[in-house]
Amino acid sequence: MVTVMEIYQLLPKTNCKKCGESTCMAFAVSLLGRKKKVVECTPLLEENFKAQKEKLESLLLPSAGAEETGMIVHTELCTGCGNCVVACPVDVANDPHGAGMGCAPTNDKVIFKVVDGKVLASNIKECRRFGKSKVLCYACIDPCPTGAIEFV
Amino acid sequence: MFTCTGCALLCDDIEAIVENNRIKETRNTCRRGSARMKGAMFRLVPSIDQKPADFESSIKKAAEILRNSTSPMLFGLDNSTCEAQVKGIQLAKKINAIMDDTSSFCQGLLIEKILQKKLRTCSLDDIRNKADVLVYWGSDAQDSQPRHLSRFSYFPRGESRQRGYEEDRLAIAIDVRESNTAKICKGHFYRIPLKGDREFILALMEALSGKAPAYDTKNMLGLASILKKAEFGAIFVGIGLTYSIKNDFEILTELADMLPKFNIMPMVGHYNMRGFNEALFKETGFVNRVKFEGKAVHENKYAIIEALKNKSIDALVVVGSDPVLSLPRSVIAHLPSIPVVCIDPCQTFTSKIAAVNIPCAASGVESAGSAVRMDGKVIGLKKIIENNYLTDEDILKRLMEAV
Repeated sequence: MVTVMEIYQLLPKTNCKKCGESTCMAFAVSLLGRKKKVVECTPLLEENFKAQKEKLESLLLPSAGAEETGMIVHTELCTGCGNCVVACPVDVANDPHGAGMGCAPTNDKVIFKVVDGKVLASNIKECRRFGKSKVLCYACIDPCPTGAIEFV
Repeated sequence: MFTCTGCALLCDDIEAIVENNRIKETRNTCRRGSARMKGAMFRLVPSIDQKPADFESSIKKAAEILRNSTSPMLFGLDNSTCEAQVKGIQLAKKINAIMDDTSSFCQGLLIEKILQKKLRTCSLDDIRNKADVLVYWGSDAQDSQPRHLSRFSYFPRGESRQRGYEEDRLAIAIDVRESNTAKICKGHFYRIPLKGDREFILALMEALSGKAPAYDTKNMLGLASILKKAEFGAIFVGIGLTYSIKNDFEILTELADMLPKFNIMPMVGHYNMRGFNEALFKETGFVNRVKFEGKAVHENKYAIIEALKNKSIDALVVVGSDPVLSLPRSVIAHLPSIPVVCIDPCQTFTSKIAAVNIPCAASGVESAGSAVRMDGKVIGLKKIIENNYLTDEDILKRLMEAV
């Protein structure tokens, strides 16, 4: 996964404040948190930064399809075993007699569902990593042996 | 709700969306089950000597092959319904055939011990509700039966295990490699050398009886103390352990006697292999490797591997199995020289060399019936889509009439 320092190294490092952030480092943090976009750094659009801009975009590409919580499901790695469906504490609380017991989810309040042998995330607002009071929960990542779920 | 026939877990909480008489989307299936339910890419077509033929003449030709044979063999039926298996046994009886299935080189020995009540077992629902210590031994359930851990064993909350995997359950993996199941078991993975199971069991038995074993003393005493404290344990015996101790199965019985709170669960692959074993056991008292000649005779030479090696069969009927894919090349060398009748929903390596191919409906998708789960529970299969393919039960019935 890409780090703040890797992003910072590719920025102009002039602290010009044109993006609205006070420093380039602050902009790098916002980029990583997907609060800002690469094009908001206007000096980076100039010709002499072309190579750096392209590299930065390729670094941030894997997180482009991420949910608001930063979750990415790598469907090519997912085997549809449903470990995450049953392990997710939100699924257990919202559907104790379905997903909580290992069976198929019985309502639509669950976060994870398996469709065509691949896991799909929905109801992302229920996720413990969502919003300002988020908790750094690892309940869906730990039981996945193939590493199909990632947070960026 | 439908039943998935992808593996011996027979998950019966599947939803399927059908469009234009084809399954468009499956829900709650693993990737393996989804592929099985969505159907074959290459359907089998009726053929004689690899030339397309009509269905009726294929049946006639198959019956002729069986009539002319002096020592035919009926193999497979592990991916068929219980009803088809009963028909298969009746056919074998009628033509005095040798009968065997994949369990002769899989979990047959273990299922035989369980059916003879020499090993304690329990249901998967008991495991979900009560089990606190789970041992995956020579088995990669995560890959072979993908929903095993999430649906029955490690992750779900059960009646007496309300905190599920977080606090109430402990999973242990014993394997020769760090499989995906072992990755989930994290701190409780015991890596053993190839064919090291026997030595491991002996050391574990020493540790359980209070002695300090010479083999890996510290880990072994730790494992023994975990197993002793278990309130309700389960040992999931995979094919790794079965192959490793094949010549000396009593050692597992001895270990089970030392662990009175543990149950043995065979990790079956094909969805109705246990069903076949139970049906044949009920009929003859043996689970596989049987020859019908007035009465049923059970000998090792009637296993498909031995029969092909010794060239003792002169015709082979394969139902829902693929011996060309699963057996070593040295064993199947005899196969092209004898007539093979292949009954299957889709094209297989065996169908490519078969003298007669008869397509059938995919059970659990295109035909209904019942099947036996890996723990012995009978689960009903429903028909999802309609088509004109005959079930393997009907084909075996027609074959029996024509012979």
